[in-house]
Amino acid sequence: MAAARAAAHPTTQRRSGPPGEPRLVAYLYLLPAFVVYAAFLLVPLGRAVNISFFEWDGLSPGTWAGFDNYVKVFTSERLRGAFVHAFVLIGFFAVIPLVVGLMLASILHRGKVRGLSFFRTAVFSPQVVAMVVVAVAWRRIYAPDGTLNAGLGAIGLDALQRPWLGDYSLALPAVGFVGTWFEMGLVTVLMLAGMGRIPVELYEAARLDGAGPIWEFFAVTLPGVRGEVAVALTLTVIAALKTFDLVYITTKGGPGQQTSVPSYEVYHQAFELGRVGAASALGVCLTLVIFAISYAINRVGDGAE
Amino acid sequence: MKISAAERTANYVILIAFAIFALFPLVTVVVAAFGVERDAPGGLANLGVAWEMGHFGTYLRNSLAVSTFVVTVSTVLSILAGYAFGAMRFPGQTALFYLFLLGIMAPTEVIIVPLFYDLRTLGLTDTFWGVAMPQVAQSVAFGTFWLRAYFRGSPRSIVEAARLDGAGHFRTLWQVLVPLACGSIVTLVVLLFLWTWNEFLIPLVMLPSNEALRTAPLGLGFFQGQYTQGFALLAAGAVIVALPVVIAYLFLQRQVISGMLEGATKE
Repeated sequence: MAAARAAAHPTTQRRSGPPGEPRLVAYLYLLPAFVVYAAFLLVPLGRAVNISFFEWDGLSPGTWAGFDNYVKVFTSERLRGAFVHAFVLIGFFAVIPLVVGLMLASILHRGKVRGLSFFRTAVFSPQVVAMVVVAVAWRRIYAPDGTLNAGLGAIGLDALQRPWLGDYSLALPAVGFVGTWFEMGLVTVLMLAGMGRIPVELYEAARLDGAGPIWEFFAVTLPGVRGEVAVALTLTVIAALKTFDLVYITTKGGPGQQTSVPSYEVYHQAFELGRVGAASALGVCLTLVIFAISYAINRVGDGAE
Repeated sequence: MKISAAERTANYVILIAFAIFALFPLVTVVVAAFGVERDAPGGLANLGVAWEMGHFGTYLRNSLAVSTFVVTVSTVLSILAGYAFGAMRFPGQTALFYLFLLGIMAPTEVIIVPLFYDLRTLGLTDTFWGVAMPQVAQSVAFGTFWLRAYFRGSPRSIVEAARLDGAGHFRTLWQVLVPLACGSIVTLVVLLFLWTWNEFLIPLVMLPSNEALRTAPLGLGFFQGQYTQGFALLAAGAVIVALPVVIAYLFLQRQVISGMLEGATKE
């Protein structure tokens, strides 16, 4: 969570006045935070890079492996597959919520409705509940005797009933849909906030030019929320790449390896298979992908402003 | 802008449908939590049975201890570090700040692997510290980022006035700036509490065998794996785990929502 939030705007701008005069006492203020941060975050990050160059089972001394572990990430079908699945999940976690969220928000923004604050509280609630609880709820919905199949049976669609999370081709979309549900409220609320900041004059001008709702959306609304779109994409894409809890509780990567994703695979390789070097290499790759994607999204987002 | 009655009705239909969609899975759990099953007597009694069976009393206490420790320590450290970054100037400032950002962006998945093996060597796995300290580090990185932005934006004149009154940098921080930053700090505390309470991967890895230290979400994860006869008690467990956070959310929703959105748009 925190990662995504800060990642949305990693560049700093000096616009709130000059910082205070030079002071060496600043180091003293930084020291406690930095010691804890370095010991429990920075050092492990460096150690992960270090371990990724070894073949190590976590017990006996490791042997130097060079780039072997990284080669495996690209050549092993299982590990490469995990990244492919992660990119499928990006569609469900980021692209669909963004498209739907933009549509919903622009409709609601146009028609100044009442009760918006209750609505915000409701659609934002998935974000605050532990992912384990979310996963328990959706496991129930997708279970062979669960809510979804019962609903399908009730409207005579028995033919569509299946064990959703055990279905070879539908398990990944089923997990992905949980992400769509999870992110849609966040994206909509974010877009609504952005649209609220667009000057009303822009809409009036567009209307004087004879713009309809569709034209208005593409000419005024969409450019107006470009920054929010970049933020939403950064948050949701990173969430799609960090789906450990959801996959661990719902499918454990199964059936077969149909829902295995890098964040689950790191855990599986390191703590269940004892392939610590490979797990570290995979973790480093995941980190680099996250850095690259958030950098790219923000370059595009900043370029617009 | 004029909106036709039909469009207004359509808007409300969309609002309500979306709200139902968002709440439905959670409501399913709440409803199921009170159902009658073989081990579940039904009603509120289910919560009691799940509480006993899933050891949720212990797990909630652990979660409370971890969250309190992580939030308190990282808020204090973040105030100090955010003050240095936001209100002072020193050599290496930009480089150090980017070093902090690096840590916020790195996923837990990559640091947890070396952390486990190195903390095991130090004998810190299966301890409170093994669960709490990595989360303090992550929270400090975010908190520093968050409060730096606040202190940067706080008016120079107030700091100058405090200095003219003879306040040193330490007093300026605690007696002038921190009271002004109250809103920002409350939001930070709420966000850190939510994230720490809901954390799953760190306690899962850091407690390979010490069941007595499990946090509430971790306890629910294991309860889910062990209790497979029905759904009522599992749902009751989920309600127990989610309840503290949901209550906090209902009381502090403005801070939570604006905090989550602002954290993303700050700077």
